[in-house]
Amino acid sequence: MLELRFEQREPMAEQSNIAASRLDKAAYAQGFNSDAKVPLDQPRALIEASRCYFCYDAPCVEACPTGIDIPSFIRKISTHNIRGAALDILEPNVFGGACARVCPVEELCEEACVRDAQETKPVAIGMLQRFATDRFFETGEQPFSRAAATGKRIVVVGAGPAGMSCAHRLARLGHEVVVYDAREKTGGLNEYGIAAYKVVEDFAQKEVAFILSVGGITVEHGKALGKELGLDDLRRDYDAVFLAIGQAGVRVVGVGGEDLAGVEPAVDFIARLRQAPDLAAMPVGRRVVVIGGGNTAIDAAIQSKRLGAEDVTLVYRRGPDEMGATDHEQEFAQTEGVKIKHWAKPAGFVGGGGTLTGVEFEYTRFAGKKLEGTGDTFIVPADMALTAVGQVLVDESINNGAKVALDVNGGRIVADAHGRTSLKGVYAGGDCVEGKDLTVQAVEDGKVTALAIDADLRG
Amino acid sequence: MADLRNNFAGIKSPNPFWLASGPPTDKAYNVERAFEAGWGGVIWKTVGEPVVNVSSRYGANTYNGTRVAGFTNIELISDRAIEVNLREIKEVKQRWPDRAVVVSLMVPCEEAAWKSILHAVEDTGADGVELNFGCPHGMSERGMGAAVGQVPEYVTMVTEWAKTFSSMPVIVKLTPNVNDVLYPARAAVDGKTDAVSLINTVASVIGVDLDTMSPLPEVAGKGSHGGYCGPAVKPIALRMIGDIAREFGPSLPISGIGGISTWRDAAEHIAMGAGNVQVCTAAMHQGFKIVEDMIDGLSNWMDSKGYQSLDDFRGHAIPNYVRWENLDLNYEIVARIDQDACIKCGLCHIACEDTAHQAITSGTNGTRLYEVIDKECVGCNLCMLVCPVENCITMEKVDNGRPYMPWTEDPRNPANQEAAE
Repeated sequence: MLELRFEQREPMAEQSNIAASRLDKAAYAQGFNSDAKVPLDQPRALIEASRCYFCYDAPCVEACPTGIDIPSFIRKISTHNIRGAALDILEPNVFGGACARVCPVEELCEEACVRDAQETKPVAIGMLQRFATDRFFETGEQPFSRAAATGKRIVVVGAGPAGMSCAHRLARLGHEVVVYDAREKTGGLNEYGIAAYKVVEDFAQKEVAFILSVGGITVEHGKALGKELGLDDLRRDYDAVFLAIGQAGVRVVGVGGEDLAGVEPAVDFIARLRQAPDLAAMPVGRRVVVIGGGNTAIDAAIQSKRLGAEDVTLVYRRGPDEMGATDHEQEFAQTEGVKIKHWAKPAGFVGGGGTLTGVEFEYTRFAGKKLEGTGDTFIVPADMALTAVGQVLVDESINNGAKVALDVNGGRIVADAHGRTSLKGVYAGGDCVEGKDLTVQAVEDGKVTALAIDADLRG
Repeated sequence: MADLRNNFAGIKSPNPFWLASGPPTDKAYNVERAFEAGWGGVIWKTVGEPVVNVSSRYGANTYNGTRVAGFTNIELISDRAIEVNLREIKEVKQRWPDRAVVVSLMVPCEEAAWKSILHAVEDTGADGVELNFGCPHGMSERGMGAAVGQVPEYVTMVTEWAKTFSSMPVIVKLTPNVNDVLYPARAAVDGKTDAVSLINTVASVIGVDLDTMSPLPEVAGKGSHGGYCGPAVKPIALRMIGDIAREFGPSLPISGIGGISTWRDAAEHIAMGAGNVQVCTAAMHQGFKIVEDMIDGLSNWMDSKGYQSLDDFRGHAIPNYVRWENLDLNYEIVARIDQDACIKCGLCHIACEDTAHQAITSGTNGTRLYEVIDKECVGCNLCMLVCPVENCITMEKVDNGRPYMPWTEDPRNPANQEAAE
């Protein structure tokens, strides 16, 4: 387990309540640029690989949204066929390196592992996947090539996992791809949203470079749909459009005081943190409250603690079973010293002189299936409140100025299993469509849709 | 409490666990450490003709993470001076009078050479000699070891010399590198041996280095065949020991060697007729302490079975070790899968489907359900063997009411059809 040193440079009382440089320099490197899970070395990988039974009709494969042939790649690790193992992973999932780091394996492949049924200790599939891909990436080989040029040009909006997965597959199929993204860097949530300690050593950018190196993909930054880009123009200028715009908006908590200094959406906090050139310069509250129960809330809470916050309290309106964050993530947060409080919803952000001093919560309970407040309240003192109560589709951006509107339902673009939307030539995938909001699902959406686009264009 | 004391061809030891002739018994230091650890006896590493050993001597198989599943060596007999070995043997035997100290010997097939060394060994007070007719590498090129063991006439001749020139019990160590081990075993009996020991190592090449293209183990880019041993060779040993025990019965003491790592392996050797056992690879893998569990485990198992001495179960598998033609063709078993224990790995299905009798379903309506189709199951055991869950697949006897019928009596046997005609 990672050991963090919380040596204070001066007594807390003398510090400002939201401050940077709370820690010794080394603690930042340890907290943010060293792996949360120590990667397997060769001997450990071989031992772990030997635990795989090489199942027939393996349940783990079924549980993987991208359908990686897990028993096959693990067998190849055990025979020292690392290139074969890596290609078993990267062929169906070009983000196999990121997924090895961020997938909630305990709810996917590893939950399905037959060893879990036998002895409650599944094969460490995620760690083995990381081993195979890391070793392969060290070789610097580009294993993919492009088919003969089709002359078709396809535009992808959003350079996250769904968009880049789609772009990569399309490029391999011989198409020319232009990717637009509103942000300065390619990678989407892998670059801006995932906790730093899950993708250390700038892995997200290295992976993007690997994906782009196949050729045929151009990425343009600073271009957002509904602003610099219009759907009608894209439909006119390209042979197909793939929308992978994610859930770019944040849901507001909707209680008083949300505009106080010190209150911020957790995604913005994490994005700033991921891009901070010097983490010691990243301010954090002495007492931090995180509102929400998903992985974003957990990531914000843990990273606040690792920035040196003294008390971090995560408050969720329902119980542990209803939390979006996996048991594994909750446990990890608690190990890191995050206090998790269940059954309380925000009632108001409390402050003085425009600055946050605490968050008021109301206890909750289920009345039948409906959650209700009990009327009893309490205040958690806080200098910083990070809200993580959900992200939303910025749907006005899509149809802004469009002649024919794209069907959107329940905050998601309507698309079929192959990513086809209500508009001919327009496809969508990833977090902006209905489905699991997971990197691995986004990658699959991008891949499946690329194949559909290719089939449709070839007639 | 079971009595593990052992009397093998007149050689007494406190337990049946001896270290086989090999690197662990090359000198007093190792042998005394073995005795301190509790080993009942040793066969002192072969002394005889002067040799020189190479650097890089061993190779091993690692199978699915298990190291030393099989082991090979290209080491020759002791490369220390005969006088040094004999002096140490004498001293060790004096210090450890209750332990068996047997000396392995190998000299060229000349009467004078054997006469000389046998007299020298007798002077040490050793408990007996083991004639190394088994070593399959190096020494065999020089007309010794397996080169002798493969020629029954030589076996008889040298055994007779040993009996003539010494009063010590003589054990003839047999090589498995023959088509039928009964020929050299009979030859040893003809030479009036007191006992046999087997198996020596199996001639082998443990592997090839795919970078240097050298067979392994590698000596300056070259490899030579070696002798294979360790857990992988136990089945070969059990079969050969069983063949000899079946032919000679208890009148010919057999020291069982080959793949013995645990008390269970030892018990199996003894059940197949071994009077005691010899161990080498397991000790080289994990040190001498393994003998503690061997002693303890065998004793506890014997207590649980009501066996008071080794003789109470020695050779008890031999009456059941029959020729194939005596097996009951009316005996019928089918596989049973415990669905509660099944973890849905599907290995039983794919093994049966791809390589056997298509007798296990893969599922119905999209759910994984592995069930035996009784009428297709021939009772081969394959599914049970590949299932990773203990006792999930068992073989159940089908009560078909048919009596014992071996091939010798089966009407489908062409020989019987001819007789009927």
